Parts: sequence; structure tokens; C-alpha cells
Amino acid sequence: MTEIVVVEDLAKQFRDVKAVDGIGFAVQRGETVALLGGNGAGKTTTISMLLGLLKPTRGTIRLFGVDIAKHRHRVLGRMNFSSPYVDLPHRLTLRQNLMVFAKLYGLADARARIATLAKALELDTLIDRKFGSLSAGQKTRGALAKALINRPDLLLLDEPTASLDPDTADWVRHYLERYQQETGAAILLASHNMGEVERLADRVLMLRQGRIVDSGSPDDLLFRYSRQNLEEVFLDIARDRRTAAPRNTETAEHER
Amino acid sequence: MSVETVSTPRRFSFGRVAAMCLRHFYVLKGSWPRLVEMAYWPTMQMIIWGFFSTFLYQNSSWLAGAFGVLLSAVMLWDVLFRGQLGFSLSFLEELWARNLANLYCSPLTPSEHVVSLFIMALIRALIGVLPAMVLAIPFYHYSIFSLGLPLAGFFFCLLLMGCSMGMIVTAMILRFGLAAENLAWFIVFLLAPVSAVYYPVSILPGWLQVVAHILPSSYVFEGMRAEMFDHVFRWDLLLASLGLNLVYLLIGLGVYLWSFSRARELGLLLQVGE
Repeated sequence: MTEIVVVEDLAKQFRDVKAVDGIGFAVQRGETVALLGGNGAGKTTTISMLLGLLKPTRGTIRLFGVDIAKHRHRVLGRMNFSSPYVDLPHRLTLRQNLMVFAKLYGLADARARIATLAKALELDTLIDRKFGSLSAGQKTRGALAKALINRPDLLLLDEPTASLDPDTADWVRHYLERYQQETGAAILLASHNMGEVERLADRVLMLRQGRIVDSGSPDDLLFRYSRQNLEEVFLDIARDRRTAAPRNTETAEHER
Repeated sequence: MSVETVSTPRRFSFGRVAAMCLRHFYVLKGSWPRLVEMAYWPTMQMIIWGFFSTFLYQNSSWLAGAFGVLLSAVMLWDVLFRGQLGFSLSFLEELWARNLANLYCSPLTPSEHVVSLFIMALIRALIGVLPAMVLAIPFYHYSIFSLGLPLAGFFFCLLLMGCSMGMIVTAMILRFGLAAENLAWFIVFLLAPVSAVYYPVSILPGWLQVVAHILPSSYVFEGMRAEMFDHVFRWDLLLASLGLNLVYLLIGLGVYLWSFSRARELGLLLQVGE
């Protein structure tokens, strides 16, 4: 197994608020790990710190073996992200947007890569339309194309199917599964969508008030909480109303 | 368990600078009203001040000494204003589009971004003032290009100062969000009275002369008047302006990088623009 992400004792404090409070975890190549938690649990803050957009108050983040506090620019070319909190310039066409990012990531085959992504994400007919004129679902697929433009080995996805209808959301999940199978990329996912997490994640980190309060595979969590689905597990943890049975499966040594 | 390793990418890439310029070319190419707007105000200023200069030329012995001094001042002032505005607006485009996080998650470095904003400031300034400079020839039979090579020096110095101001404005916007956006439109006008654009520095009260002497722009306009009235190119004024510009650039870059670092501490890169 190859470790793509190693996080140790990561914390972020905004004045008196502990947004993330000493978490640690690792993500292996080809693995999908989901951060699951309510609003303000620390999911987006964690992803922002992994992207280097936010400086941690303490702790270390190693991506591809590189400490990003010191050498962030060495790894940015191998990762990418998608988030509902960011957008692409509306006045540019989708093709122009993708071309700019292809050049920023130094792609030699920019045109071919854009054509491949347009076809794979069924954006062929939209590629020369202004990004601002696309529907919410089309924009999400366009943003995903941007997130995949550099064939990332690490993909950070913050609520990747937010604002999508169930059909399009299912289509996007299927595409992400296929991309991971083909490339062996590691995916770190933050989501409120329990069905999405159950389907995509190999491992789930349950966050509450900036701490990892439990973790395991979706099946492991369902078994230990004696629940039918992750939503019930989520509510148990969020409302602190049921304690999980002791683990009978091997747990990752990094998770605290 | 093994750990993946990575090779070290180039610390500064002109390819990434070109990518950022391409992004702004796409915007300009797709919006002719923007191009017209850029050239509109400098041209209108040139027309108004041109007629005013003609009137003064016929009634003022001072202006008779060098017709076009006001016109040149107006057009050169616009280089400073358009340079600062071009730098700031190119940055603001990213905030309006909520694209800043996308950019800074890519291998783009802050210094590459700043260089691309410099290039866009130059292009926007040229688009803004060149039509006015050319139109002054048929309108008033006056060509600012008759200043010759010194014009390039004046242009360059004012553009540098505009970009330094632009870096400080964008740093403020990065730190305080779009609430600071209006700085981009008015901050440069604070310097107009002490830049001695239309009158010599000696006209100013003593304490304002001190302020004027720490501005690169005042040396440019003094140099322009020396060239037009006395037909003397004052190297000392140009060098003073260049020296001060170097200081301003270092301060501007320092403030921008500090602001970027603070934005990363406070989580503003993801929030700004919302």
C-alpha cells in the first residue's frame, strides 16, 4: 500500500473556535475516504488545509511524502479539487476555462485532454458555451472536468454532487468510481449525502466539533451501531445517543 | 507501507504566467464593450483637455511656450490610473468569478500571478491610452509621440507605479474582501494633487512638496515639463522616479505576499468573493 495522504495532530483554531481539533488519518493509493459530519464539523476546513488554502494552527500534512507546510508547490500539480464554494469564470466558455487550467498544470496535450474529458463527461455539446449559461448540473460536471484536467493522483471533493438531481448525481458517482479504477487515484470526499458515502467510500471518518469521533468502513460502522444505513449512524453520533460496539475489525493506526 | 515521492517542479514558470494572461485575453476577446470602455474615458479626457488647451494657448503666454503640455499630462496621468486599475481589475475578475481558490490550488505561485497581472496592466493601459494618443494628432495636430524616447521612460515609470499601487489595492481586497473593492477606483486620485500632474511641484505648500518628492509620479511630470518647455531631457528626474519605483515595487510585493499569507491563515482564499 502507498500512502498518499498522512495527517497528524492537525488543528485549526479561529479565535475561540476550534474548527479542527487534533485529527490524524491516512489515505492510501486507490482508496476513497469520506469525511462525514454535520455543519461546522470541520470537513471543509480539513480539505482546505490539505489543499494549502488554509494554514493549520498545528500538526503536519504530508502529501506524496512531502510536508506541504514547507513544499506545497511540489505536490499541487498531482492533485486537484472540486467544491461548491468555488466557481469558474462565467464569461469564459467551458473549453476556455479548461484550456487555462490545462496550461496552469503544464499539460502538453491540452486539446486532446479537453476533448477526452468532454466526451467522458458528456460535455461535447456544451464545451463552447459560456460557463455562466450552463445549468447547475452542467456546471458541476464542468467543475469535475476541471478537477480531472491534470489526471490527479489525489482528488479532494467537497460535496461533489451537491445541487445535482439524483440521476446526474448517480452518473457522477459512477464516473468517479471508474476514474479511480482506471488511475488508482486516492479520493478524499466530504459529503452530507449518506448514500453517496456508502457507495463510494472504503472508509468513513465521522467528524464532530472538529474531532474524529469514529471511523471504519461503512459496513463496519453499520454493524457496530446496529443500524440499517449510515444516516442512522450519523444521527446517533451527531446526537450522541448511542455508543458503538467495540471494534472487532482492524482499525487504521493513524486515526484518532 | 511505502510513501509516494514527487519531483520538484519549476519554481517560476512563464507557461503559467501565459496561462493567466490567456484567461484575461479570453475575457477581453469575448467582450467588445469592455474594450470600448477602456478607451472611452482617456479619449473623452483628451478631447475636453484638448479644447481647453487650445483656449489657453490662444490666451496664455505660459501655455504658448509648449502647446500640448496639458494634453500630455492628461494622457500620462491615465497611464498611471489605467495601470493601477488594469492590475486591480484583473485580480478582481477572479474574486467576482469565485475562482481564486481554483487558481491557488493549481501550481500557480503568487509571484507568477503578480507577473501576469503586470502584463495585463500593461495591455489594459495600452488599450486605454493609445487611441487617445493617436486621436490627438488629427484633433489638435499634436502628437505626444514627438516627445520621443523619453515618452517610453515616462510611460514605464508611471506603469510601474500603477502596478505598485495595484498590488497594495489587491492586498487590501485579499485581506478585507470585496468591501475594499472601491479602493481600486479612487485610491490613485488621492495622489493626483501631489503628483504635480498639471503644475510644478514648487506650487505646492512646503509640507506637500515633501510628499510630492517621495512619489515617482511627480518626477515624471516634472521631467515631462522640462522636456516640453526647455527641450531638456532630465535623466536625474527619470532615475529618481525609477529608484522610487523600485522601492514602491518591493513594498507592494511585500504587502501582497503578507496579505496572501494572512489570507491563508484566516481561510479567506476560499471565502473571498462570496
